[in-house]
Amino acid sequence: MTQTNRIQGGQIDRSQSLRFHFDGQPYLGHPGDTLASALLANGVRLMGRSFKYHRPRGVISAGSEEPNALVELRSGARQEPNTRATVAELFDGLSARSQNRWPSLRFDAMAINDRFSNFLTAGFYYKTFMWPAAFWEKLYEPIIRRAAGLGSLSRLEDPDTYDKGFLHCDLLIIGAGPAGLQAALTAGRSGARVILADEDFRMGGRLNAETLALGDQSGADWAAGAVAELASLANVRLLARTTILGAFDHGIYSAVERVSDHLAQPLPGRPRQTLWRIYSQRALLTAGATERPIPFENNDRPGVMLAGALRAYANRWGVAVGQRVAVFTNNDDGLRTARDLAAKGVDVVAVIDPREGGDLLPGIRHLRGAEVVDCAGRLGLTSITIRDAKGRLETLACDALGTSGGWNPNLNIASHHRSQPAWSEALAAFIPGQGGPLGLTSAGAAAGLFSTHACLVSGDASARAALESLGFTATAQALPQAEDAPVAIKPHWYVHSGKGRAWVDPQNDVTIKDIKLAHQENFAGIEHLKRYTTLGMGTDQGKTGNVIGLAVMAELTGQSIPQTGTTTYRPPYTPVALGALAGRGRGQDFKPKRLTPSHKWATEQGAVFVEVGYWLRSQWLPRAGETTWRQSVDREVLQTRKSVGICDVTTLGKIDIQGTDAGAFLDRVYANTFSTLAIGKCRYGLMLREDGMVFDDGTTARMGEHEYIMTTTTANAVNVFRHLEFCRQCLWPDLDVQLISTTEAWAQYSVAGPNARKLLQKLVDQDISNVAFPFMAAGEITVQGTRARLFRISFSGELAFEIAMPTSYGDALIRALVAAGQEFDVVVYGTETLGVLRIEKGHVAGNELNGQSTALNMGLGKMVSTKKDAIGTALSRRVGLTRDTGLRLVGVKPVDPDNSMQAGSHFLKTGAAATALNDDGWLTSTVYSPHLGHYIALGYLKNGTARIGERMRVVNLLNQTEVAVEIVSPHFIDPTGERLRA
Amino acid sequence: MIIDHPLLGPRDAQEFVYLGDASLISRPNGMTATLEEMHGYAYLRDNPAGLHRELWYHEQGDRSWLVVTRNTLSHEISKVELARDVARALGRSK
Amino acid sequence: MLEALTPLGLTEPQTVTIGRFTIIERGDVALASLATRRTRQADVSACAAKAGIPLPAPGRHATGTLAAFWLAPQMWMIEVPFAQADIRADLLAIFGDAASITEQTDAWVRFDLSAPDLIPLLERLSNFDLGRATEGTATRSVIDHLGCYLIKHGPCDITLYGPRSSAQTLHHALSVAANSLL
Repeated sequence: MTQTNRIQGGQIDRSQSLRFHFDGQPYLGHPGDTLASALLANGVRLMGRSFKYHRPRGVISAGSEEPNALVELRSGARQEPNTRATVAELFDGLSARSQNRWPSLRFDAMAINDRFSNFLTAGFYYKTFMWPAAFWEKLYEPIIRRAAGLGSLSRLEDPDTYDKGFLHCDLLIIGAGPAGLQAALTAGRSGARVILADEDFRMGGRLNAETLALGDQSGADWAAGAVAELASLANVRLLARTTILGAFDHGIYSAVERVSDHLAQPLPGRPRQTLWRIYSQRALLTAGATERPIPFENNDRPGVMLAGALRAYANRWGVAVGQRVAVFTNNDDGLRTARDLAAKGVDVVAVIDPREGGDLLPGIRHLRGAEVVDCAGRLGLTSITIRDAKGRLETLACDALGTSGGWNPNLNIASHHRSQPAWSEALAAFIPGQGGPLGLTSAGAAAGLFSTHACLVSGDASARAALESLGFTATAQALPQAEDAPVAIKPHWYVHSGKGRAWVDPQNDVTIKDIKLAHQENFAGIEHLKRYTTLGMGTDQGKTGNVIGLAVMAELTGQSIPQTGTTTYRPPYTPVALGALAGRGRGQDFKPKRLTPSHKWATEQGAVFVEVGYWLRSQWLPRAGETTWRQSVDREVLQTRKSVGICDVTTLGKIDIQGTDAGAFLDRVYANTFSTLAIGKCRYGLMLREDGMVFDDGTTARMGEHEYIMTTTTANAVNVFRHLEFCRQCLWPDLDVQLISTTEAWAQYSVAGPNARKLLQKLVDQDISNVAFPFMAAGEITVQGTRARLFRISFSGELAFEIAMPTSYGDALIRALVAAGQEFDVVVYGTETLGVLRIEKGHVAGNELNGQSTALNMGLGKMVSTKKDAIGTALSRRVGLTRDTGLRLVGVKPVDPDNSMQAGSHFLKTGAAATALNDDGWLTSTVYSPHLGHYIALGYLKNGTARIGERMRVVNLLNQTEVAVEIVSPHFIDPTGERLRA
Repeated sequence: MIIDHPLLGPRDAQEFVYLGDASLISRPNGMTATLEEMHGYAYLRDNPAGLHRELWYHEQGDRSWLVVTRNTLSHEISKVELARDVARALGRSK
Repeated sequence: MLEALTPLGLTEPQTVTIGRFTIIERGDVALASLATRRTRQADVSACAAKAGIPLPAPGRHATGTLAAFWLAPQMWMIEVPFAQADIRADLLAIFGDAASITEQTDAWVRFDLSAPDLIPLLERLSNFDLGRATEGTATRSVIDHLGCYLIKHGPCDITLYGPRSSAQTLHHALSVAANSLL
């Protein structure tokens, strides 16, 4: 197909042709084209269907505000729905499909909705699908979900990657039109660090779309020269194809840079897009302005466009959208479209101008006091009906109509902190109000300064003001001569005639009628209007329609437009791919991995790993022939209790605590006492929160007069450290105590079981007999001459040690331990066996340390010293927490040893109904004990200690299970602790 | 947000962990305080619309606890102090 | 004798070059934290001065007989060539009971980064303003969720200390960033 609508001029490279497909049809375009400009050049006006009525739609704008021309870009895994054809940069091989139509764009079965438009008005869904309530989930929602939505997802994983990053600057300039470019020149020449971002691939803004001169250059040439100079400055960073998405606190802005969207696929290693977090000292909003249409009956037909867009396609892209063109404008800027098109030889059939009086355009039929009242052409505009000043109707054949109702400054970013825009009567538009983001000012059209001259002047002045406030010396720059036409506009919000529909928000099919209905039904507040009609809730967020909608509502309520107000402006400015927000954080890279010192060895053994926070821990280590995890775990448990087992416990938090007040400090953060602990000993410690609940537990060893090593649970390592720093800095700032984490510095293994000492003695250079190294001893040792630490502590209930070496020796140590354990048939066990062993012993862990349990609940009440003030002790003594009838930790076994139990099941007296009133507590941890040959559990039972021997039921209403149980001591193994001390 | 750390200068608030009302510095002595005093300390907080003195911890920085005076309506931060200095000024010592 | 492994799990430190970026794993530096005990500030300063150990200001790294960078108020990390061995014992001999000293060698992985321009790499990893930072700046920063120390020796020369258990994650993050700049 030939580019029938291509005319001379424009900033496209005609020396190269780019092939592309739309709905399967092949077309040609040029570098510099957007998909929209290339389609228009090829005479394609119909590009999509509307959301609700499935009306045929064409492009209406030439920028990111586009509500209509949404396409599915690319195919396969790179398919991207709802891409605006107006900002999709053309590349060779591009393929796009229209969406929201079936079976084809020209014939869409769902267009039947259009015939029922009297029913599908504002609030239709709210009114229709209300009852019967039961129908919602099964009937209504599936139907609505099928009908709703615009494009479709490929459901394939995105093959591209997305980067995230951080940028810093003195001045961030948002938008590279005349104001932004001039501001960047002024700031860049001063030496300040400048970032200039523009969403377009070609910087220059409207300078590229106009024929206005700057000095003796065209606007586009001046822009190109400015960009070239800025690119040569080391202190200026140009970010084309980059949208500033939002303003955050204290000068932070987010931006998405479309690094590779203009390519068929990214270059190797390169991201598709980059999400930037920009730290700025000052920011300047020079984002220009967006034109708004004048709604009239059937104004949504393909070929009805914004006047400025019509002109942009002609001037920037060398495209005459139609052969016979009309312009409907209430302001002088719209007249430029007629002038520019006529100058390019396009047949301008009429300019319809509702304003009375004034000059007439020379050589063009210029109708003053007239309106466009209707138009025709099902799949594309064929004619418009106009009503002249005397009320006579006339139908004019044309295939494109440019409408201009005025321009709205792009003040979104300035309003992101809920600053209310201010109303300008002179512009008939909102301009940025007071109290926007600190450090941000607006210039150029974004500030309501619409002439090119005013843009240059305000860009220069605003940049200087921003820099001078930062202490830079910025000199005023010589500015080129530029047009300085005043804004001449008479508000004309919509055409008050006809019974048909006039679209305000074409994407969501919101018409003037819908706004009137919302008003009639008392959804007159602007935020209510939005939700009731869905005005401005599409992918374009109402950039062209919102101000019209609120002006219509103002007219209906009799309030002024500023009284009516705007809806809230929120980030992002334009839609953002979720991939960009995710960055590299997906799949294996979703979060960092922390590898334990035995990881390499365990991987060689075929260990199964479990994620514990960022840590990967061995969960169990299957041996040949084992087909279920239980087989492995049962073996690990039994062999540990029979001989010896090794477990990597490096993940426990380790905190080095030193200072002359270290003991006193520990006495205040632990419920029990540590200042009395002998050097070379360790003690189990219980840490409370201030509200008396148990926060964490672990053993702490005293290594010297003023040196302790605290261990925390794996999960709480960071929280405990933070808490200790709080206590040290905020509560007792003059205690002499210093903290540093050593979790990463030491590899630590538990060696447990009757043969633990025999195994270790083979490696440890010192005597570790029961006399030399008794239960709860701690000390510095050496292993084959290399320094290490040994602690005689037990989580399993067996004779056990924890041995620590500098992490670099962790791999060697696990191998040495396993080798030394060969003669004892040693096992290495994972977190599952760790859990079984501790439940058999009756030790509490995460399931019991649930944030709502006291020491008393856990059977550890006596550990809370009454002789000193420690965090949490006072409030742990509250009456409500100390009643005998409160929960106590108990052991549980099934009456029938063949029965299993589930954690979370609730205790009920035999015969009591399963109601909350009869609830006596719950099972916290359950496990199969291979040692005992049946399931066992720990649980919190009301008055539990006094109920040992009682038979009860444990009921799980979720799984519909019920098991008869007997309450027993929580210590299933070695209740007197003989093994530990062996 | 940006917190102007007294020692390190402006730092992104993302590096910090928020705790809340700086009144948590004024912990009563658990041996002498009444239960009501301890209860008030542990549970009761002001929630002002306006200036708020609050504790932030520079976890991804130098581990300093800071007292940040922030306007909860505008997020404007008017003062940042080392919590240790604030605690000492309140008479806290050992 | 037990054999030590590097943080990346190998017997020798690795050097990787990706485009114009070089990532060098260093295994020859021992680390220990040094924290002043209360009221012993003058003693610590005197001992440090005598031994030629710098105690730089907040946010700074400095090199004397030994090198050191600031960690927290009254706390520094001391860097010692690993061959000189028992860092804690050596520092205890210098500072006695005036300071709390904790060995940190095996808590960290150290990567030295070099390239003609490190800003494009760093800006994909960290919010640290490398462009504005002076030489000798030392700061903690977050890279791929990991708390790291970052020291700027020069415009083309940076040291990173990251948590040892996440050495592979950190190395991967550095490689990915370098690869996206090929």
